[in-house]
Amino acid sequence: MANPTMTLIGSPIVVGSGGVSSVTFSSIPQTYTDLVVKTSIRGSGSGTPDFSGISINGSTSNFTFKYIQGNSGGANSGSYAVAVNPPMDTSNFTANTFDNTEWYFPNYTSSNYKSISIDNATENNSSTNYLDLYAALWSNSAAITSITFTPSSGNYVQYSTFYLYGINNS
Amino acid sequence: MADTPQAIEVNCETGVVTTRDLTPDEIAAQAVAAQAAADQRAAAEAEAAKVAADKAAAQAKLAALGLTADEIAALSK
Repeated sequence: MANPTMTLIGSPIVVGSGGVSSVTFSSIPQTYTDLVVKTSIRGSGSGTPDFSGISINGSTSNFTFKYIQGNSGGANSGSYAVAVNPPMDTSNFTANTFDNTEWYFPNYTSSNYKSISIDNATENNSSTNYLDLYAALWSNSAAITSITFTPSSGNYVQYSTFYLYGINNS
Repeated sequence: MADTPQAIEVNCETGVVTTRDLTPDEIAAQAVAAQAAADQRAAAEAEAAKVAADKAAAQAKLAALGLTADEIAALSK
């Protein structure tokens, strides 16, 4: 009988005072079916918004994505062949708020190209806010062994958090 | 002098968390990623602005044909 599980991998990351400009989960075990990363982050930059991008196995190449976005100015959608960078809260967003994002990496050990599903909500009560859904593809057949998150500007501020989970479907 | 940017790495096999300075290559890569993000943002904003302008132009043409505001709005529902 199937017994699916969701297991915290490694150690949760809670950013300390001073912030950090890069967060990496390395030596990811190849024993799960899927991976999930949950982030609650805020950047020290001043964009409206800035972005939180990823690299996989050290690579920021061969990514494409489509997205739909709702924001306080309306809605839009797009398709891009650049590094995947969903929006994140910055110093221009409501004080002490953090955006929340879930990154889902199905079949991360397979030799197929890797799809990535991302849902993202920034927090802002004073000006433009963003709700995004991304369907991304990393056109690389390598198994995912490391994932790095990098803000487009400045640091991830103190109390930003990153959790990596492994999903087993059997 | 500005502090060197820091990186956190979790080794998922051992659970060991390491904090270190970014290397010059990593700092350069971060600049590239920042530019990509800026390009993405500019493209998204340009696309949204074009859609908004096209929509406004279309609505103006429909109004010139005699459609009411409610009738124009109904077309997109």
